[in-house]
Amino acid sequence: MKPSTPRAAALAAPKQQRNWDWRAAANFICGGAGGGLLLAVAFAGIETPAARIALLLGLALIATGLTCVWFEIGRPWRAMNVYRHFATSWMTREAVVALVVFATGGLALLTGMRGLIVLAGICGLAFLYSQARILAANKGIPAWRHPASVPLMMATGLAEGAGFLACVAAWFGAAGSSWIALVLVALVALRAWFWKSYLVRLDDDGAPDEALKVLHGMSSRLLLLGHAAPAIAAALAVSGAPGRGGWLLAGGLLTVGGGWFMKYTLVRRAAFTQGLSMARLPTRGRGVPGPQVKPGWKSIQGAKAG
Amino acid sequence: MTRYVMTIDLRRCVGCQTCTAACKGANATPPGIQWRRVLDIESGEFPDVRRTFLPVACMHCGNPPCEQVCPTRATTKRADGLVAIDYDLCIGCANCVMACPYDARSIVHEPHYAYGDAPMAAEAKRFDPARVGVSMKCTFCVDRIDHAERSGQTPGVDPEVTPACVNSCISGAMDFGDIEDGASSVRHLLAETQHFRMHEELGTEPSVYYIWDKS
Repeated sequence: MKPSTPRAAALAAPKQQRNWDWRAAANFICGGAGGGLLLAVAFAGIETPAARIALLLGLALIATGLTCVWFEIGRPWRAMNVYRHFATSWMTREAVVALVVFATGGLALLTGMRGLIVLAGICGLAFLYSQARILAANKGIPAWRHPASVPLMMATGLAEGAGFLACVAAWFGAAGSSWIALVLVALVALRAWFWKSYLVRLDDDGAPDEALKVLHGMSSRLLLLGHAAPAIAAALAVSGAPGRGGWLLAGGLLTVGGGWFMKYTLVRRAAFTQGLSMARLPTRGRGVPGPQVKPGWKSIQGAKAG
Repeated sequence: MTRYVMTIDLRRCVGCQTCTAACKGANATPPGIQWRRVLDIESGEFPDVRRTFLPVACMHCGNPPCEQVCPTRATTKRADGLVAIDYDLCIGCANCVMACPYDARSIVHEPHYAYGDAPMAAEAKRFDPARVGVSMKCTFCVDRIDHAERSGQTPGVDPEVTPACVNSCISGAMDFGDIEDGASSVRHLLAETQHFRMHEELGTEPSVYYIWDKS
């Protein structure tokens, strides 16, 4: 039997991007969580040994993400060229911020000075913001370029940071655990709100059908396991239920897991390209022009470009 | 101020893929990589159906998102409107590939040949190691455009300094020239016809105009 070949028409439809694989996703997954954790440590006011472990974890996460990206790029030995376009490239800005993060975080780790920990936290936030803007700057991927992706990426980074901090606090039996659990609940709720808002706005403004299918397909699992479950676990930790440390640990891990699941889906599975379209079909055959053709996109009345 | 643009008359394109082949020959792209493609799009519902051919490549945008995201300045916007890539600066991060809404860019991480692991003589002769692991795309045959500066010829008029796809088009669907030049054929064509630019709503200001009807 003759093997089937893709129809030429299918080439115009949005396609799942293949250039950024799990290594690029790992940068957003680990880097965002690391940046969020550095910020969480800065304002948590936990004791020095726990703070140092959390700082170390935050820096290690960011380093892991950047190392993964280094293994992905086509010319890794030219990686220093990444610093050449600070004016408009968020990737350059991310790389510059990463240097400052490691400098301030490293010093904070060595000295334990409060001011340096706060400075490292602010740099962590800047790193997280840079990553969110890297995604949003990619006009070729409608699910990323939507303005609602920036607050979503920020919210999940902050929630994951608080999640990791909750794990560290639970491990050390830190006195401030109740406060951390409360913040965790708030950040998980915030992330859930931004997730729903992102989906609604993406639906309204338009995106490739396949991307919407992937995002809607994972939404209920994400809300249940990535938001409801960690919020309940953290709330139990706040209420002083038996096994409080365990609830806090579970809440933290579920928050991180939910965020990582969401980011992996966004960066890999829901990353469909814009595809190609024709605003009008030419006058041929019967001599009249035809309407717009946009394969792979639903015709949404009054929708914006997406 | 020069700004080179391409016009593609969709009424004339017959989907012969000669431009695709001409591009491949002129630029020696590896197997599976086509800087220029002609898509065959079927639309409508029976009995009101249509078949349209859509030639696509880099749109050499006036406001190129690939240039904005490039962390290395390997991608630049030239004064004459062409979007160029410096293969010696590119790190192959693929950020530009993600930023391009026209699927115009590609990265080949390892050399590929048409038949097996070893190149044919023609492939070996034209193999460019600088293009492995970096982003690449249609250049509007930039070497020809640059040659026009030295030879005094006019791109879009003299075939030696006109993109290979335009030269090859059997139906005269493609044209090329300086849109700022009042005497250029592209200027006249655009004045006489109705046209669109793909994904114009994204603010990319593409330099490829698709003609769909007379004005």
